[in-house]
Amino acid sequence: MNKLLDILSRNADFTTEQLAAMLGQTEDEVKKQIQAYKDQGIIKGSNTLINWDKVPGAGVMAIIELKVTPKPETGFDDIAKIVMSFENVESVYLAASSRYDLIATVRGETIQDVAEFVSKRLSTLDNVIGTATSFILTHYKSGGVPFCDSDEEEEQRSMIL
Amino acid sequence: MIDYSKLMNSKLCGIKPSGIRKFFDIANEMDHVISLSIGEPDFTTPWHVRQEGIEALRRGHTWYSPNSGFIELRKQISGYYARRFNVEYNPDHEVLVTVGGSEAIDLCIRAVVEEGDEVLIPQPAFVCYEPMTVMSGGKPVIIRTKSENEFRLTAAELEAAITPKTKLLILPFPNNPTGAVMRRQHLEEIAKVIEKHNILVLSDEIYGELTYGKERHVSFADIKGMKERTVVVGGFSKAYAMTGWRLGYALGPEPVISQMLKLHQYMIMSAPTPSQYAAIEALKHGDADIEHMREEYDIRRRFIVDSFCRMGLTCFEPEGAFYVFPSIQISGLSSEEFCEKLIYAQKVAIVPGNAFGECGEGFARVSYSYSLKHIQEAVERIERFLYESCGKSSS
Repeated sequence: MNKLLDILSRNADFTTEQLAAMLGQTEDEVKKQIQAYKDQGIIKGSNTLINWDKVPGAGVMAIIELKVTPKPETGFDDIAKIVMSFENVESVYLAASSRYDLIATVRGETIQDVAEFVSKRLSTLDNVIGTATSFILTHYKSGGVPFCDSDEEEEQRSMIL
Repeated sequence: MIDYSKLMNSKLCGIKPSGIRKFFDIANEMDHVISLSIGEPDFTTPWHVRQEGIEALRRGHTWYSPNSGFIELRKQISGYYARRFNVEYNPDHEVLVTVGGSEAIDLCIRAVVEEGDEVLIPQPAFVCYEPMTVMSGGKPVIIRTKSENEFRLTAAELEAAITPKTKLLILPFPNNPTGAVMRRQHLEEIAKVIEKHNILVLSDEIYGELTYGKERHVSFADIKGMKERTVVVGGFSKAYAMTGWRLGYALGPEPVISQMLKLHQYMIMSAPTPSQYAAIEALKHGDADIEHMREEYDIRRRFIVDSFCRMGLTCFEPEGAFYVFPSIQISGLSSEEFCEKLIYAQKVAIVPGNAFGECGEGFARVSYSYSLKHIQEAVERIERFLYESCGKSSS
């Protein structure tokens, strides 16, 4: 595992100075490496992890599985690109699954909004031959961070000496 | 009416309670305190190891084990020490499985020390050696290690402390609380002194796997001529994040181990059975887990040392365990004042250096067995404390 990427994937807030200290490198080396990762499309940006469950009126989220007939030349890519292009689609994955091919996460204001988006925009696309929608009720963990106030967050260790 | 003071063991009553606890107890009563005070891994035991413990219970392995531990475990421990630290022990007579490294330390001291015997204890060090020596009727002789020597024990300091009454030297490296490590050349210097005298060495290598830098931990028993004079204490707590399983071991010459075994038989009988099954799995398939945790500690170590040095809390680079031992001299406060003000002003709990011996005065022990995020927040608060409460000017 690449240590620099590992640290950044857990916390994007560290300064290059701090990263350099942690990795035993110079700050210059770290800056160059980060730039190289950006140039190669490995580092794609850094977002803030938000627990939308706690934001009133933040809407709903759903996972949409799509069964797709791949195109002869481009396979699943073309259809994935169309799904990606919708603004309310947050992520799109190609899955190795016997039931579905593409998996998308979608955000909407209400359940009806999402349902309508699936039935009118996604199901109607050429090559999409079936969909299955699962609405997210609770975020327990996202981006490696526990979102619920679980016991795991609490210190369970005690001072014994 | 009953008079307890006349009934209780006066030696025991004279022993002070550990000074590590105080600030943890204060922290427990306050909200939103960030602690860097705990001395055990933050990792949970690797899943495959836990599974073996569960499996042992499922199969009904709920009886005592042989007194010195299951032979399969002793063979694994022997193979492990040979594989990782280059020292071979006979699993039949030279390996004893104990309830944590602490029991092994206690057994060794009690097996060796009699009324009036002197035990050399380099400090700062873990807090158990002194009380155990006192309870055996021995006299603790403290050797103050120095920050300019990176808290290593030097041959000259050792030589100066040895008298005809000296029976045992405690060698607590990698060191809690300083993070100091004795590399091969340092141990060889110590060995030159030891071989001139008829004394035993208790080498507490519980943090052996947590040694950073290019060179691995060197066991004192691996130094030429020292195996026959050394009882090595090791365990599963720190290397495999298995503190709650309470499992450690002693490795040493048969004449010493056999006497320690007698004590262990009478007071403990045998170490916990399910833990022993889990430990066999850890030794068989856990090398990668050790490496993973060690790398993670190393990243945190570099981060925290760098942060402290930037804010003027100078510390030598600790090369072992999971502690840093910064000098708090810049604050103009004593160790206890510093830690007390820090916890009330910024709600960060650390342990004053003098809890590990008087010579720890002027320092504080900071544990990095916490997540990077947690450490980052604590470090920011400590820096704020230095500026706001200790009048440190912005650099």
